[in-house]
Amino acid sequence: MLIRNLCNIALASIVLVLSGCSGGVLDPKGQIGVDEKNLIIIATVLMLLVVIPVIVMTLYFAWKYRDTQTHEIYAPKWAHSNKIEAFVWAIPILIVIVLGVITWESTHRLDPYKPIEGKGEHLTVEVVSLNWKWLFIYPEQGIATVNELVFPANVPVEYKITSESTMNSFFIPQLGSQIYSMAGMQTKLHLIANEPGTFKGFSANYSGSGFSGMKFNAIATPTQGDFDKWVSDVKAKGNKLTKANYDELAKASENNPVTYYGDVDDGLFHTIIMKYMAGMSGTKDMDGMKDMKHMEGTENMDGMKDMKAMDHMSHEKMAEHSATPSISQGEE
Amino acid sequence: MSFLGKLSLDAIPYHEPILVFTMAAIAIGGIVLFTLITKYNKWGVLWRDWITSVDHKRLGIMYIFVALVMLFRGFSDAIMMRTQLALATSGAPGILPPEHYDQIFTAHGVIMIIFMAMPFMIGLMNIILPLQIGARDVAFPFLNNLSFWLTASGAILINISLVFGEFAKTGWVAYPPLSELTFSPGVGVDYYIWALQISGLGTLLTAVNFLVTVFKMRAPGMTLMKMPIFTWTCTWANILIAASFPILTALLAMLTLDRYLGFHFFTNDGGGNAMMYINLFWAWGHPEVYILVLPAFGIFSEIISTFTSKRLFGYTSMIYASGAISILGFIVWLHHFFTMGSSANVNAFFGVMTMIIAVPTGVKLFNWLFTIYRGRLQMTVPVMWTLGFMVTFTVGGMTGVLLAIPGADYVLHNSLFLIAHFHNTIIGGAVFGYLAGFTFWFPKAMGFKLNVRWGKAAFWFWIVGFFVAFMPLYVLGFLGMTRRLNHTNNPDWNIWLYIAAGGAVLIMFGIICQVVQLFVSFRDREALDDETGDPWNGHTLEWATSSPPQAYNFAVIPEVHDIDAWTDMKEKGQVYQSKASYEAIHMPKNTSAGVLMGLTLTIFCFAMIWHVWWLAIVGLVGAIGVFIKRCYSNDVDYYVQPEEVLATENAFNLSGSAKINSKGIKA
Repeated sequence: MLIRNLCNIALASIVLVLSGCSGGVLDPKGQIGVDEKNLIIIATVLMLLVVIPVIVMTLYFAWKYRDTQTHEIYAPKWAHSNKIEAFVWAIPILIVIVLGVITWESTHRLDPYKPIEGKGEHLTVEVVSLNWKWLFIYPEQGIATVNELVFPANVPVEYKITSESTMNSFFIPQLGSQIYSMAGMQTKLHLIANEPGTFKGFSANYSGSGFSGMKFNAIATPTQGDFDKWVSDVKAKGNKLTKANYDELAKASENNPVTYYGDVDDGLFHTIIMKYMAGMSGTKDMDGMKDMKHMEGTENMDGMKDMKAMDHMSHEKMAEHSATPSISQGEE
Repeated sequence: MSFLGKLSLDAIPYHEPILVFTMAAIAIGGIVLFTLITKYNKWGVLWRDWITSVDHKRLGIMYIFVALVMLFRGFSDAIMMRTQLALATSGAPGILPPEHYDQIFTAHGVIMIIFMAMPFMIGLMNIILPLQIGARDVAFPFLNNLSFWLTASGAILINISLVFGEFAKTGWVAYPPLSELTFSPGVGVDYYIWALQISGLGTLLTAVNFLVTVFKMRAPGMTLMKMPIFTWTCTWANILIAASFPILTALLAMLTLDRYLGFHFFTNDGGGNAMMYINLFWAWGHPEVYILVLPAFGIFSEIISTFTSKRLFGYTSMIYASGAISILGFIVWLHHFFTMGSSANVNAFFGVMTMIIAVPTGVKLFNWLFTIYRGRLQMTVPVMWTLGFMVTFTVGGMTGVLLAIPGADYVLHNSLFLIAHFHNTIIGGAVFGYLAGFTFWFPKAMGFKLNVRWGKAAFWFWIVGFFVAFMPLYVLGFLGMTRRLNHTNNPDWNIWLYIAAGGAVLIMFGIICQVVQLFVSFRDREALDDETGDPWNGHTLEWATSSPPQAYNFAVIPEVHDIDAWTDMKEKGQVYQSKASYEAIHMPKNTSAGVLMGLTLTIFCFAMIWHVWWLAIVGLVGAIGVFIKRCYSNDVDYYVQPEEVLATENAFNLSGSAKINSKGIKA
């Protein structure tokens, strides 16, 4: 049958891609990506256990019971069988139970907010999506880049992500998970590269006319030393990213070239997240917000404590503020 | 603000060659149509028999007409997108700049879901559901007419956006903050808001209408558990509409307030929160896909049991499975944004809930299989669509469950894998179902059957085209290609993009075959005539009527004793029997109120889009005025006289008995 052939071709092509050298999500170069690829394969195989029999049965039954086959049994009033009913409910239920267990376990294991364990100290990068480019701030190193992300291989990286304007999704397919970037909020992602290399990164959520050009290279250096050298090279270039520079950078532009900033204003990332809160409370003291961690999940209690410190804000405004980030992290 | 609001000559995109060409084609087509109608003096017929009709069958045909027109529009968008992506590889710009391309993919999504699939589904439901339950019309015939014109208004608005201004450049989901005034200052999003708002209102009214019809107007003896399966699945879909469309209405109203009055529901600043929009959008959007696919499941069930000449296997199971899908459909919406940063517990919960939907869906597939088992399957065109569906949809279901696993979704979200998945389910599930139902019930609605040869050709082009167009997208998703890209620069992707474009061309041939099929069938309508009203030896009451049915459907309301009521009556020899006399039949009168309200509300929406406030007031007051006038009218019904019923019924029963004698069916 043509249909079956086509399915075979499709499956064959998927297998072809599975077998590697493609640069996509099935060619992972980081632990998270490897785990996710394995998850995809296991789940697919499990489902094929039902899917293939159903497709084969469909075509076989259609052929076997076609109207010219007058010698086959014909039971026009037969419409119920407890045995078959039990069977047709049980099979999908069993598969879903197995998949459900896998889902529950893998979702917790692969939680993007969960730090990668057993690989030592992580590097922190603050990611800001702008129209239409990516800004990467290295708070520990005091540098920043546009449209180029550099980190050492085999070192876990913690990404703190926000947006200047529209919603984007921060995604490096070969390293694994993606997470949305949203203005006025911070999301988090943990990734690691298992080997050095240059991986493609981009926005995976449409954000306007310059969206297609929101690409960057994610470069995993072979050693920590290489990374440190890169940092000092960037520092040597000077070019400070100040609040004023940032406002200039934040203006809409497309296909931005890679840019390096050897110095960054302290707390720029924080300022970007908080900018939409400004002018709302009528007080200048927004510092209480700085430590609001309640969108980061694990540090919820700290945020709550600091929320109390902001009692001088009006209740209405408070409600809006706290509602904004807390939804991003449904807490356990 | 000027007298015409934001409207000016600059609003007409006369500098865009593609749009100018489209406008010219529409203008020429319109002139030809106008001339033909005038030449054959059909304006009166059009007005009396169609535009002002409250007959559910005629409204159904008009719904499907709108759906087919919008299918051409939405498919043209699809062809343009695939062409753009096939040309704009390796860094080439292609033919469509983002400015235009972004409108096209937004329009494609909105049109295909809201103005193609929905009217197609509602059209089939309109034609068939009242017949299946042995009713003479729906509960509120005027409301039915109004619903149609509200849907048509939405469709008209979206087409007006081709000529005046622009359409949204936000994707069909119109996520804020992109859809807010700051980032989308043009009228595009306003077209989106008002087109969806007005058609959504029509859909909601339809659901209410059909729920009342089903609960109050079934033939005597037809308990809920004796209702035909298509009626059941439509009822579940209507329950879903009644529960979910108000969310869309509220959501669009909030976005309207943000854009028109400076509110801050979803803005970045002022305490707004875009995540609320995304949650609410999918709280409507996910049930919406089941609204589309459940009636299709019903269609497949009817077709399989009819063409195997067998009862549907597991009728009760099917109903509970549909109910389970409907209820579960409301608690899975978060799987559309696993990547928004919810905790592992939340993501895992919604992932597992989503998978559970695969259970009742799987049960349905098995039930269709066991309906074929020990049947006598006739390889007709509707059956081919059904088998094509069963194969295609199984693949789509599998990829859906894969996407429901958060860990997998983290890398597949928003990729072309997702695009392939939902086309796999919406085309392979809903659209195949509607096309199957279209072929199956065409003789009932029009009085003649569709040409088989062209129908089969259309099927093969569609199904092969589907696989060629969408399987490459699964691969591209794995290769890391995300959706809504305007151009690409990755040599590994090129070949798959070319193949996908080829698939779209194959589907185009399928659509051309369908147009030819309609033409050929109309030309040969004498030979394809369905004189008995029961061309497929059907099971349910719609086949008890003539084709097309009389305005009153049933001269005598049938008494129902079995799920397959018509089969039961045929077996008992209670069919095609004329009575000596009939009672007068109470019928609703045509009304122009629906179309006038549609027109005035279109004017209202158009004026709102362009900020022409005085005209908006005129439109709204006009609509309310027409409605009030209609409310106070007593001239809303009439009686078909007994003699007239007697004459029509005698003629029909004669031809029905003739068929029974010629086929040797027990009578």
